[in-house]
Amino acid sequence: MAIESDVLVVGGGLAGLTSALAAARAGADTRLVSYKQSTLRHASGLVDVLGYTPDGDGPLVDPFDAIPDLPESHPYQTVGVETVREALALFDDAAPHYRGDHTDANALLPTHGGTVKPTARYPAGASAGVASDDRDTLLVGFEAMVDFDAPQAAAHLDAAGVPFDVRGATIRFPGDLRADAKLTRYAKLLDTNGTVTVDGHDRQVREALADRVKTELDGEERVGFPAILGDDDAAAVRDALADELGVAVFEVPMGPPSLPGLRLEDALFDALDEAGVSIETGNPVVDYDGGDRIEQVYVEKNGARIPNAADQYVLATGGLVGKGVESDREGVSEPIFECHVAHAADRYDWFADDVFGDHQFAQFGVAADDSLRPEAADGSTEFENLRAAGSVLGGYDFAAEKSGGGVSIATGYAAGRRAAEETR
Amino acid sequence: MSDSQSTDFDPVAPNTGEEFEPVDVFDDSDDFDLRPGADSCYKCSTCDTNCPVAEVDDDFPGPKFQGPEQWRLKRRDDDPIDDSVMDCSNCMRCDNACPSGVGLSQMHNTARGEYVSEEMSTLSVEYVRNRLLANYRKSAWLASKVPRLANAAANFGPARWLGEKLLGVTGEREFPDFATETFTEWWAAQGGAAGSKERAREARERRGEPFDADKQVAYFHGCYAEYNTPEVAKALVRVYEHFGYEIVVPEQGCSGTPMFANGMLEDARRDAEVNVSSFADLVDEGYDAIASCTSCSMAIRQEYPELFDIDGIDDVAANTFESVEYLRIHEDLDGELADADVGDDLAAEFAYHAPCHARNQGLDRQAVELFGDLDGVGVEDVGDSCSGISGTYGWKAEKYETSMKIGDEMFDHMEAADGETGMTECPTCAMQMEHGTGYDVRHPLELLEAAVVE
Repeated sequence: MAIESDVLVVGGGLAGLTSALAAARAGADTRLVSYKQSTLRHASGLVDVLGYTPDGDGPLVDPFDAIPDLPESHPYQTVGVETVREALALFDDAAPHYRGDHTDANALLPTHGGTVKPTARYPAGASAGVASDDRDTLLVGFEAMVDFDAPQAAAHLDAAGVPFDVRGATIRFPGDLRADAKLTRYAKLLDTNGTVTVDGHDRQVREALADRVKTELDGEERVGFPAILGDDDAAAVRDALADELGVAVFEVPMGPPSLPGLRLEDALFDALDEAGVSIETGNPVVDYDGGDRIEQVYVEKNGARIPNAADQYVLATGGLVGKGVESDREGVSEPIFECHVAHAADRYDWFADDVFGDHQFAQFGVAADDSLRPEAADGSTEFENLRAAGSVLGGYDFAAEKSGGGVSIATGYAAGRRAAEETR
Repeated sequence: MSDSQSTDFDPVAPNTGEEFEPVDVFDDSDDFDLRPGADSCYKCSTCDTNCPVAEVDDDFPGPKFQGPEQWRLKRRDDDPIDDSVMDCSNCMRCDNACPSGVGLSQMHNTARGEYVSEEMSTLSVEYVRNRLLANYRKSAWLASKVPRLANAAANFGPARWLGEKLLGVTGEREFPDFATETFTEWWAAQGGAAGSKERAREARERRGEPFDADKQVAYFHGCYAEYNTPEVAKALVRVYEHFGYEIVVPEQGCSGTPMFANGMLEDARRDAEVNVSSFADLVDEGYDAIASCTSCSMAIRQEYPELFDIDGIDDVAANTFESVEYLRIHEDLDGELADADVGDDLAAEFAYHAPCHARNQGLDRQAVELFGDLDGVGVEDVGDSCSGISGTYGWKAEKYETSMKIGDEMFDHMEAADGETGMTECPTCAMQMEHGTGYDVRHPLELLEAAVVE
């Protein structure tokens, strides 16, 4: 016996979650297993579809318009532009706190480094910060939070030619939090509007923070903070600060660990719960039984192997960084099912000398047929009941194209829906 | 191809050439070599976002510091371990968070062990108190000899006050009741292994399974089911025998969880040796080990092989399962539950809290999923916050407040949930749930028993 379901999704990132959601909504009894917590907490929370072409043209105004011209091997070509739209509709439904669905055009969002990024979907918390908006902007950083240098980010934005005046200020976060207080400490304090001590007086943190920012405001119409403004109740924190300050308030997406990523994770897990998906995290899938078809996979818990069986499987374990694709000095491989990953025999061809050059490794991943089933070196299907989604797929460079989120959602949706259809 | 053939790759000296010898960066020692773990940490800080203590306590530097950073720092001049390591509650949530697979809780356990053995006076009140708490089994054994007297004494107001003043054991909590009959006393009265074999065979016959089916499990009941909640252990026995399993209950000590959390690694090793030796023999004979307490299964599966080198330890770890998980793998639990309904006091709405140590085993959603379609019962997950008690942690006077602050979110969620009965796999989480809300708390095995055993 084994723990059984119709569809088993391996991987807990954006691709895995979307895939499980699509499968469950299509009526399949779905189970998701993930080695560690969802990698969404490492993500900025911005969902890109396509910011630049593979040749580096961009930023693109309309990503959907550019999809038909992508190379044949690109996952967007495999699923088709209509599927990309359907997949985003599923995402919009599951993540109601996201914006950007009113238009096909990319939005330009400031990043914590002060660059401007073309993105298709962004959290409501970031929406007052869009760079196409010409309201003058104050960026506020905190002394102890060195990941966001507000004056430097402002200078970068200014140099990038944004259509507004932007200035950065660094202040002390009210209260005596330790110098390296955790992100969650700030978020929880703001969520609960807890008490902090300022100049010997107990004050509520939202008001105390607004007071410090007020002294820096110089006619700007919006204020951007690093993304620490609450976890469970972010909208309330933002609204309260905006009320106190009398200007719009937004969050600048940050690097890991990322609260916008955590909030997105929460929204998607809620959607999965609602759809009746079983979820298990904490232990890796290490092996499988089967020939042309996968019969069951094994989740390993310190040597104990827990069999999980399904009719259809989705592989959404990520790329080189997510460890869904592995490499050593000898070669590149997909570790669970040993699906073929094309790569040059000579590993010196895997990368380019130029840092931002055309690296082969950036496109490492499995090749897939029209139904997203991984293909062996000779073009045959690896397993009749296995589909791949997200960055375990090869043939695209999400870092250069700014297409990671979109490909994960689109291929996750397509793989999940196909898998569910097959179980009927 | 090899490096030597590449034309334009020219690494800088000195790590080329024949004279090169790898340098021992660190002194030879018998200590745990945790360097590979420390090296894998790229400081993304995701572990810190999972730490329930750091979320409420400004003074606690968090798992990233306690683990890889502290390990690196102390390598140089034998700097002492920072005393904040004693504020870690050993919930082990950081393990599940690390995308790089760093063994954070292992680092915390070893650092705590070193702190206690090298920097804590064995004469200090804190040490004595911690040792008493960590060796709960010993006092529980004694108390179980005179359970009624022990119950009365432990919760006698002036005694609790004294406990706080003299030992730093919080007077805020009520001690758990000791059962008038321990589990093993009950087990012996049921005929022990021989009785179980007989009942299991009857069950297999009734179920149409072969007489000689390979259904043998060795039960690790842990201290709490032995002395305080034997009803959980009895439920396990009845459920397993219902499915035709022959149960043995070998000699066993404490799993070691409270000892790890208090840095008493020698105490933990003493009990681990007993446990591994008795379970290793049974595993050799084809038994699987099962535990009803998720901290016990966690200790045997993960902490034992991480911390100790005992013959058979890996085999025991690889063949240990949480008791409900084991049934999910081997029996058609879903099918059995689909036809079941529950009467009496267990036909209720439950507010379920997943213990941190179940989380790391991937079991945090098991109860909710399993009982999701059970007639007459609702199981609602009260969220992913930690209960805050973490075994002995919340019993310490100086930690009590932190423990309750962490638990606050869970209490709120429990009160917002439909049910007024709690459910969890962990005995100390159950204590905290009761303490914070006044709810009765049951174990999933009890519900399973009510559903599938006539």
